[in-house]
Amino acid sequence: MLTAIEKKAIDHEIELVPYRKASVIEALKIVQQHRGWISDESVEEIAAYLEISPAEVDSVATFYNLIFRKPVGRHIILLCDSISCYVMGYRLLHKALEEKLHIRMGQTTDDNRFTLLPNVCLGCCDHAPALMIDKDLYRDIEPALLDDILKKYA
Amino acid sequence: MERPLTSNIYPDRPPLNLKEYEKAGGYIALRKACSGMSPAALQKLVQDSNLKGRGGAGFNTGIKWSLVPMGDEAPHPKYLIANADEMEPGTFKDRVLLEGNPHQLIEGMILAAYAIQADIAYVFLRWAYHEAAALLRKSIQEAYDAGYLGKDILGSGFHLDMHLHTGVGRYMCGEETALLNALEGKRATPRAKPPFPQVSGLFGKPTIVNNVETLCCIPHIVNNGADWFKGLSYSEDGGTKLYGVSGKVKKPGAWELPMGITMRELIEEHAGGMKSGFQLKGVLPGGASTDFLTVQHLDIKLDYKSVAAAGSRLGTGTMIVMDDGTCPVGFVHNLQHFFAQESCGWCTPCREGLPWVEKILLAMEKGEGRKEDLELLQMHTQLLGPGNTFCALAPGAMEPLQSALKYFRDDFEKHIDHKKCPYD
Ligand SMILES: Cc1cc2nc3c(=O)[nH]c(=O)nc-3n(C[C@H](O)[C@H](O)[C@H](O)COP(=O)(O)O)c2cc1C
Ligand code: SF4
Ligand code: FES
Repeated sequence: MLTAIEKKAIDHEIELVPYRKASVIEALKIVQQHRGWISDESVEEIAAYLEISPAEVDSVATFYNLIFRKPVGRHIILLCDSISCYVMGYRLLHKALEEKLHIRMGQTTDDNRFTLLPNVCLGCCDHAPALMIDKDLYRDIEPALLDDILKKYA
Repeated sequence: MERPLTSNIYPDRPPLNLKEYEKAGGYIALRKACSGMSPAALQKLVQDSNLKGRGGAGFNTGIKWSLVPMGDEAPHPKYLIANADEMEPGTFKDRVLLEGNPHQLIEGMILAAYAIQADIAYVFLRWAYHEAAALLRKSIQEAYDAGYLGKDILGSGFHLDMHLHTGVGRYMCGEETALLNALEGKRATPRAKPPFPQVSGLFGKPTIVNNVETLCCIPHIVNNGADWFKGLSYSEDGGTKLYGVSGKVKKPGAWELPMGITMRELIEEHAGGMKSGFQLKGVLPGGASTDFLTVQHLDIKLDYKSVAAAGSRLGTGTMIVMDDGTCPVGFVHNLQHFFAQESCGWCTPCREGLPWVEKILLAMEKGEGRKEDLELLQMHTQLLGPGNTFCALAPGAMEPLQSALKYFRDDFEKHIDHKKCPYD
């Protein structure tokens, strides 16, 4: 069941568009914000609320890179793997992160603390390489700086 | 040298709030438009200024607006959308404007909306720009409170509502018709044109999509006139341009400069030249989906026509410099990985072709390339070229590939002949 808070936020989005289902991306964002990811149950609940089929919700949910259809850790590390960061050495960061966290790209640590994901250009290519943890952007990063950065996230 | 777009942006200070923006001359252009300027006159002014869209395609903005149905018979609501999706790899110019002076964008949007008599405006912002999102939310509210948005703006009888929409990450959201689908809550696949968005756009209503930098120019054109705007430029395209440089240069960054400065001045003076120990080998002049230029092109002017004459595109005007220590095959592989991943899958040449190209390049990097692979790659640059796919993503992806095959062919051949990457 969608919670009252989730419904209220979705209702607000519905008011801004000509028909209910046009708010499906907003609904997915809202539910993910509260639950961390979008489970099959969440897909069904959103579908019922917007009066469309679960398949239609899922076709949208699976299209976008930052709607998570699998559980994720408490913190999400997005490592830019686009061209300026490639030139400036993101591959060293990639290797260092995998070694420090004992996971591969796309995986979550056993203690559920971090999920490590590749991400397209973060729009700060003049300060490459870059990465983002949750909403925090880190620029001009070298492997030696990683420990201090990771420490901030419990 | 005048820098209208960035003269009120200070790197180490928060952006101007409403009061400060007004003190610096903000919203005077809107007052001017609202006190008797007709929408048609505003369209004409922008057309005469020769402002070309800064989102990549470089189409005259005033002419684009003039295709929107006007008058009592026109369908409503009409929409004005600021394209702030900025996901082209190597591009970071709109971020400067969004975080540096949000009211400038908002004023530009209100003016553009006035010119086409739109009822609703959206900022379509990429999810990663969290700081810009917070600033825009606050600034839009300030503009409502001051009567620049909402009903009967400045007593002109013009109404406009403005909303912020943040995306959930997909390069295709930047393509203007796919953006409309995303705003309608659908997958971001492009739409067939015609009908053009100006006639049938968001929710089937007349819609204009403009890039952030394009819209930020509008208040200055209204304040200072078309001739002034044209005079800012060293070439026939009007205005200044936010240029950027990334890669192994001494001072990577973004600068507002007269349209048409040379690539040499940009890279050697503003970006400080190459870091010591590195030589410039190639440049993508306008983001990931533009053709390579090389040392021989350093003296070309960075405007739409001159860059096209040199065989590439000005695109977003943010250059990615490839140095002599970076493997061109690896570089192009990185680009093709991006495009293959971001292909929306709507049409077959792109959906099937890009992963194939990516795999061939990966094999080459690993020393498993074959002689015939060069022909295969060449063939793809045609199969996925202009006219064969539903949108410009795949042809854009082929631009750096085809020019790399031309300028750096010996690097490809060495990978095949020596069965390894010579840069490792
Ligand atoms: C795959 C693809 C991605 C694009 N991404 C953007 C973008 O992020 N921002 C943008 O302004 N234009 C982008 N464009 C160009 C838009 O389709 C459109 O031409 C532009 O927003 C129009 O604005 P303008 O006339 O002010 O340049 C993209 C085009 C394609 C084909
Ligand atoms: S060219 Fe690629 S991105 Fe564009 S419609 Fe076809 S599959 Fe989608
Ligand atoms: S390429 Fe990494 S931030 Fe742009």
